[in-house]
Amino acid sequence: MKFRTFAAFVGPSVFMMVVFIALPLISVFVQSFQVTQPVIERIEVETCSAGFLEQTCTTRVTTRPLLDENGQPQTTTEWVGLESYANLLQLDRVRNAIAAGVPERILQIDFWQALRFTLTFTLLTLPLVVGLGLAIALAVNNAARSIRGQVIFVSLLPFIITPVIGALSIRWLFYGDGIVTSWLEALMGTDISVAANGWAIEALMMFYRVWHVAPFAFVIFYAGLQTVNQDTLESAIIDGANRWERLKFVIVPHLMPLIVFIALIHLMDAYRAFEEVVGFSSQAQRITLQWLTYDLLQPDDAGNRSISRASASAMLTMIGIVIILLPPLRRTWRDHKGVS
Amino acid sequence: MRTTFALAATAILAGSAAQADCAIENEVEVKILAAAFEAWKAVTDAMAECGNVQAELDQQFRVKQPSAFAANPALYQVGGVSNGTITPLLNEGTIRPLDDLVEKYGQHLKPNQLIRIDGNIMAVAMMVNTFELAYRSDLFEEHGIEVPTDYDALIAAAEKLQGAEGIDYPLGAMTKSGWDLALDFVNLFQSSGKPLVNDDSTPNVNNETGIATLELMKTLSGFMDPEYLVSDSTYVQQQMQQSKIAMANMWASRAGAVDDETESQVVGKVETAMSPIAPFGDRPVATIWWDGIVIAKNIPDDEAEAAFRVAMEGMDTEMVQANNDAAVWLIDGYQPGRLAQGAIATATHDPAPLSYPSTVEMGLMHTALGNEVSAYLTGSRSAERTLEAVEQSYLTAAREAGVLN
Repeated sequence: MKFRTFAAFVGPSVFMMVVFIALPLISVFVQSFQVTQPVIERIEVETCSAGFLEQTCTTRVTTRPLLDENGQPQTTTEWVGLESYANLLQLDRVRNAIAAGVPERILQIDFWQALRFTLTFTLLTLPLVVGLGLAIALAVNNAARSIRGQVIFVSLLPFIITPVIGALSIRWLFYGDGIVTSWLEALMGTDISVAANGWAIEALMMFYRVWHVAPFAFVIFYAGLQTVNQDTLESAIIDGANRWERLKFVIVPHLMPLIVFIALIHLMDAYRAFEEVVGFSSQAQRITLQWLTYDLLQPDDAGNRSISRASASAMLTMIGIVIILLPPLRRTWRDHKGVS
Repeated sequence: MRTTFALAATAILAGSAAQADCAIENEVEVKILAAAFEAWKAVTDAMAECGNVQAELDQQFRVKQPSAFAANPALYQVGGVSNGTITPLLNEGTIRPLDDLVEKYGQHLKPNQLIRIDGNIMAVAMMVNTFELAYRSDLFEEHGIEVPTDYDALIAAAEKLQGAEGIDYPLGAMTKSGWDLALDFVNLFQSSGKPLVNDDSTPNVNNETGIATLELMKTLSGFMDPEYLVSDSTYVQQQMQQSKIAMANMWASRAGAVDDETESQVVGKVETAMSPIAPFGDRPVATIWWDGIVIAKNIPDDEAEAAFRVAMEGMDTEMVQANNDAAVWLIDGYQPGRLAQGAIATATHDPAPLSYPSTVEMGLMHTALGNEVSAYLTGSRSAERTLEAVEQSYLTAAREAGVLN
């Protein structure tokens, strides 16, 4: 292809990527080393607030931002180096916790708590998604042709549902006097409170993620299964390989590139887990790194937002994704080089 | 859920048919952004009768409002705020003083309604909101329980009601982790009359009152649904309506729903009383809030004038008479109903509960409390260490916001 043609095709995409991905990323990177603050004045202000019958007026020293001649709050921006990262990681508290011999205290720091949960969540759901996806694909592949369409449709349903709605519907099944909880209570004769137990919420969040993502893995694997070499399979049967051996020595090696692909996508997505926290209101018990960034960005009633810490948190999340993606990426790279 | 409601409530009401009950004919387009609850719906509907009014009631209004008002021209002429959410508008100077407009069109307003900051009228309040103890009078009678006026009596009552027929748990509370839980802490703490943040912006939570507050919260949680950390005001309201709990300290604006025959199984069985007093304090466990309107600064004066006149029409006696039980109104013509008695008793107690402070620091403190307190309640951290964490988290945020060095 001529370079001009190539450029004309790729140009718009590169432009979009620069505007919507590269530039914001650079901006977040820079902001994570900066703190922008309003210039504050401290003045005594009398505030009269409504009561039921009469007002209460209080005079107290209030901090408020100075406004410039255009009526905009004046701000100063300072380079603070790694301070925002330090505020997020709180390494001194980590050291104290280790020195005091109670390492579990590390998990009381938001970032480490989020990292712990995000990693557990990502790594535990990965084999489940791959395994379940493969199992459904094999089941559908072996199902009678007449019901295959229906089975595929039903298997895909969880993937079609909007993520937050899916999370909410599972939440409603289990939280409070949800249907499933009521059944379990009737079955076991005890009172069950799912949302009161951190581990139960954690399990539910993982269950939701596997339920939601397994269909994606299934579709990919199912497509892969259609290209398995039938001659190899037949010769394996002639050689006396049983079902399990055929799966292990013929099908799985054939699907390996797809498994790596699913793993890559899933690691990336699961590490950015967010809607589970919102859907299951789990922030008292479990938070994820992405939710932490969101929470720092969310303005409070007084309009404060921690943009610097949110930027630092976003950068750390990105670094985390890169680290977690390294093993599968290296594998792909090795395979790629092996082929060429 | 919230979004759906907001969409449903985003009513575009214009046209001549609706102008019947409005004293003025409004020619200027007026837009209002406010919180989505019953009282705002009543006020904005009444405003819409003047014509050319577009109301947007949205639970996410507090996120939208600061930037919508900072735009030039502002995206809304009128904002519905409370004493918590007025802070960013005041600080960024995006709302205008209303003294001249009040002089011209607001002579009927009570002095109590005029929110003055630094001598200027910056908002006009229409209602107060606070907390009241809603309780099942039938169960209280059955078990021979007196209405508690302090938390020792409340705990004794909860003990008596533990396992009572017809309810699941004695107590309900707005303790959803985050904003709600933090407000619960603030209400309890301020029963002592002490501020959470000192005048020099340093935190004032890591002390005996803080410990006592946390311990009281934990004791109370023992009488609640074990899932109390996901319990927001709607959840408490439903628990009350469905006869799952016998009492709850709840928003006055929520109590009316227990008499809603389409939703409630306990119509007429719930009474309200003053929010009880904490053992370490002398004020009812509550903060006083007001809701009212502000007018944007970045709009032409004639638009501001029209917006103010329309707002006054929305906040008139006629509207109050038609929606008497939707809120504790500050407007003339309000007749407190049965379920507002508790809120009025709370607000008029001497000494009265403190108003929720409209300060930058309070916003930071509220966030810090919302993030840290639940770790104590789930048992993963002691009270002392939780308060240290609140203090740390506040200090970090305060330095970042520039209010502390």
